[in-house]
Amino acid sequence: MKHSNKKEYARFLLDRLHQEIERPLTVMEVCGTHTVAIARSGLRDLLPDKMRLLSGPGCPVCVTDDLDLDQVMALARERAVVLATFGDMMRVPGTESSLLQEKSRGADVRIVYSPADALQLAAENPDAQVVFLGVGFETTVPVVAAALEQAVQKGLKNFSVYSLHKLVPPIMRVLLEDPEVKIDAFLNPGHVCTILGTEPFRFISGEYGKPCVVAGFDATDILEALLLIVRQYREGRPAVEIQYRRAVRPEGNPVAMGFIEKYFTPVDARWRGIGEVPGSGLELREEYARYNARVRFPVTARPGERKKRCACGEVLKGLKLPYECPLFGKVCNPVKPVGPCMVSTEGSCAAYYRYGRQKAGVCR
Amino acid sequence: MCLAIPARITKIKGPVAEVDVGGNMKEINIMLTPEARVGDYVLLHAGYAIQVIDEKSAEEIFDAWEEAYEALQ
Repeated sequence: MKHSNKKEYARFLLDRLHQEIERPLTVMEVCGTHTVAIARSGLRDLLPDKMRLLSGPGCPVCVTDDLDLDQVMALARERAVVLATFGDMMRVPGTESSLLQEKSRGADVRIVYSPADALQLAAENPDAQVVFLGVGFETTVPVVAAALEQAVQKGLKNFSVYSLHKLVPPIMRVLLEDPEVKIDAFLNPGHVCTILGTEPFRFISGEYGKPCVVAGFDATDILEALLLIVRQYREGRPAVEIQYRRAVRPEGNPVAMGFIEKYFTPVDARWRGIGEVPGSGLELREEYARYNARVRFPVTARPGERKKRCACGEVLKGLKLPYECPLFGKVCNPVKPVGPCMVSTEGSCAAYYRYGRQKAGVCR
Repeated sequence: MCLAIPARITKIKGPVAEVDVGGNMKEINIMLTPEARVGDYVLLHAGYAIQVIDEKSAEEIFDAWEEAYEALQ
């Protein structure tokens, strides 16, 4: 669709939303890319007053617990490993340090674009032990599982994964069960659903009677998805619908899901500011323990103290907007972030900081 | 972090494929999309194809990215 037509179409969708919405609706997105798309487009200011858009725990970097990061820091510091990580993780603070600080103090931390780069690093440096820091949701897990498959096939003995991977459906259930969090519908993360399809989200409409719509990343995609939610409420038929048909099929990608299943098993995991959530993380299966960095290079970091005033947890649950945190924009900013929501470009705080609450947007 | 961009496959050699991403050539892995063939469009995430998509979808997703990129300039 051409840009000008898109503007007209966005206006049309906004008009429909204003006309069709019947009751107040709080909609949460659980995807960092949606957080950025919504902030950038200024959509919040154009929506009907009855519609509130919240950002949930959709940024894998932001939900990584500081105590878990302390362990990773200890691994980089104390064991003679090469720690390979996505660049987003470098500045995320643990309780006392970050990977960037550890690197400046001599730890061998490398930024990679893909786990395939970490594999190559291992193949080219047979004397080094390369640990890939596995962070990310179901979009990223199959990619790491595929890298493990390649490591197994090649018989690489110096490649392992430290899994801090997290699963989206269990955290959505936590939010639905939390009496403080009141959500009427979800915008489902597009590329997580490229892998999972719609079935793992069926409980949201089936058990909780709430709509969820898999949305794309364009402003018009998001508006279309919001209109589908409004219509589900009007017609009293909560369901899992796909707006992002360009990339999402109801069955997802079964091959990718097979890879996740082959190498990983669900475990309880800590979410930053939210706490431990049963079955919401992934650990390598026991039969692949020789590729599990936690097993191969055990460390026990002294538990540090969490930063108390950082409201990341409440922001991640949609209980507070970023600028309601006492640290926002003052002690905590993108140059010197206190919490991960300000570190990652996809974090709610960083998106609010960058795009402010401006009225301008793609639609007007 | 879950960003994914469209790419067109120009060559396949085992699990590795050469793709065209908006005019740039790149090597990626296609283990997660074994059905992908030369000429197909795939969604690319962290060096691996995660889904085969049709040409029109690829163009639409790419256009949306270009707009997003412009907005960031």
